[in-house]
Amino acid sequence: MADAPHIPDEAETRARWGAFAWTEENAAQAEKVIARYPAGRQQSAVMPLLDLAQRQVGAETQTQGWLPVPVMEYIARQLDMPYMRVYEVATFYTMYNLAPVGRYHVQVCGTTPCMLRGSDDVFAACKNKGLVKGATTPDGLFTLTEVECLGACANAPMVQINDDNFEDLTYDSMGAILDDLAAGKQPKIGPQIDRQTSCPEGGPTTLKEMVTENHDYRGEWA
Amino acid sequence: MAEDTAPAAPPPFVGPLEDKDRIFTNVYGFQDWGIDAAMKRGDWDNTKALLDIGQDTIIDRIKASGLRGRGGAGFPTGMKWSFMPKESKDGRPSFLVINADESEPGSCKDREIIRHDPHKLIEGALVAGFAMRARAAYIYIRGEFIYEAKVLFAAVEQAYAKGFLGKNACGSGYDFDVFVHRGAGAYICGEETAQIESLEGKKGQPRLKPPFPAGAGLYGCPTTVNNVESIAVAPTILRRSPEWFASFGRDNNKGTKLFQISGHVNKPCVVEESMGIPFKELIDRHCGGIRGGWDNLLAVIPGGSSVPLVPAAQIMDAPMDFDGLRALGSGLGTAAVIVMDKSTDIVRAISRLSYFYKHESCGQCTPCREGTGWMWRVMERLRSGEADISEIDMLQEVTKQVEGHTICALGDAAAWPIQGLIRHFRPEIERRIIERGAPVMEAAE
Repeated sequence: MADAPHIPDEAETRARWGAFAWTEENAAQAEKVIARYPAGRQQSAVMPLLDLAQRQVGAETQTQGWLPVPVMEYIARQLDMPYMRVYEVATFYTMYNLAPVGRYHVQVCGTTPCMLRGSDDVFAACKNKGLVKGATTPDGLFTLTEVECLGACANAPMVQINDDNFEDLTYDSMGAILDDLAAGKQPKIGPQIDRQTSCPEGGPTTLKEMVTENHDYRGEWA
Repeated sequence: MAEDTAPAAPPPFVGPLEDKDRIFTNVYGFQDWGIDAAMKRGDWDNTKALLDIGQDTIIDRIKASGLRGRGGAGFPTGMKWSFMPKESKDGRPSFLVINADESEPGSCKDREIIRHDPHKLIEGALVAGFAMRARAAYIYIRGEFIYEAKVLFAAVEQAYAKGFLGKNACGSGYDFDVFVHRGAGAYICGEETAQIESLEGKKGQPRLKPPFPAGAGLYGCPTTVNNVESIAVAPTILRRSPEWFASFGRDNNKGTKLFQISGHVNKPCVVEESMGIPFKELIDRHCGGIRGGWDNLLAVIPGGSSVPLVPAAQIMDAPMDFDGLRALGSGLGTAAVIVMDKSTDIVRAISRLSYFYKHESCGQCTPCREGTGWMWRVMERLRSGEADISEIDMLQEVTKQVEGHTICALGDAAAWPIQGLIRHFRPEIERRIIERGAPVMEAAE
């Protein structure tokens, strides 16, 4: 498993994260999440809480966060479940980072629909900017991961960076996005060409009234 | 003798749809997704009246509309709802789970519904949940849909604030809750029992059936899992009548459908069209044709990565519906149309799908866990031609040993694209092996 994440040393991790606790805001959010599930079924909240914890770790480290073992133990205690059950979940789903990532987690989709539209060029742009698949740049800014289909195939090729999607990419626009982020600027989210979401480029072939007004079609129902 | 001829039935309507017959009018998000704008477009319009027609009548009307599940398998939606218990004999509540774990390569329709027309989905959740006598709905949205989940959480809150959900939902006297649950990146959680496991806070590994979810699903309670699109079209079907919905498409393949066209067309897009629309018309009308013209078309994967590809000549006039594509040895799936022109390295394209299934196998069943990796590695060698001709048949044989021997359909889904490739592009695979320098039998002079 050459591409398995390098999990940091446990003693160091314990020293740094052994005292992990929710922030006040996240503690309230955690209670709200647990209340979504029937009484006694609090285990259902493990996925949202792992996400919340990863985000809190990210906020504390100025990165996209990860899940140190003591943090998973903390969630296991809160939900009254064995640590191993939490660990199973954290290792099963790809969005939980088992090792630290950079400030920007660049997740390029490489599955066939994106591949057909030029994800090779997107990877080439990343490589040209010094990003290496499965690794974080030495300045801690970018972590590059090849991910599987992110469900934006009509806007391929695409990349998800942190919480934002950038779509309809080319070699040049991908490079420009990375340059912007490195310079501390926020690039435009969504399609990088002149296009409204998943509408055909150049304007809709259907529902043209909707472009300019919130049209109610019920008057035309026969 | 005058012949007693019945008047010939008119040919079925197979498009193009008129705008007034489109259900998802804000599919591109030109207008606000919020509840006030959605109500102006007709959502949440006297929903109480829809509920007042009664639970069994709702199910009958959905059955009459001919709606088949939009998540890929095409099971009749009304019939699925009717499997739910009409009363709880042991006090267990029932649940509706809405599958928004859209991860099939090529599929990107649920995303558009959720981020641009979320109230169609939430109203549908109430109507469907009421009809099947569910206590609550859980919408399981894939973790990577971060913005979409934000919209959905906010839209649910808007519906509660208006009194459309919760106690006495829409003034109907029925109590119904809708919760949103985010996944965290696992294709397999789109499988209904894996999704239930995941909702319970476990690894998303599919369950053996039976028991079926309608008997024992989420938390051991009766559960129905439906696709986003199946649920979101339900209120409009009830408002406009099942006959309206059934007036589109061919027999057994009724209604309107969100098609998602990606790959080598001039203008990839998501568009709602009539079921059964011919492939060529769909592409010419909405996607600006094939890149480089129709002569440049190589093959199409018409229903998302799990269905076998169809070569250009066969797909051209094919009706885009369940039965039309099944007749070509493929399937409609989620109507995720992946178009490939002649510049495509077809072996690589399918090999990349094999990698996808290897990555997404949950690891529970040996044929899938081992087979997906094995198939991918052989596919990679076929791609470069670094193989023996006999390995093509061996690969075919292995796909047959994976197919049908696993708990869920991921094994089948991994096998079918490869089988489709071998069926239609065997000469191309052989050419690579021969050019790479495998010994060739020389013709006797």
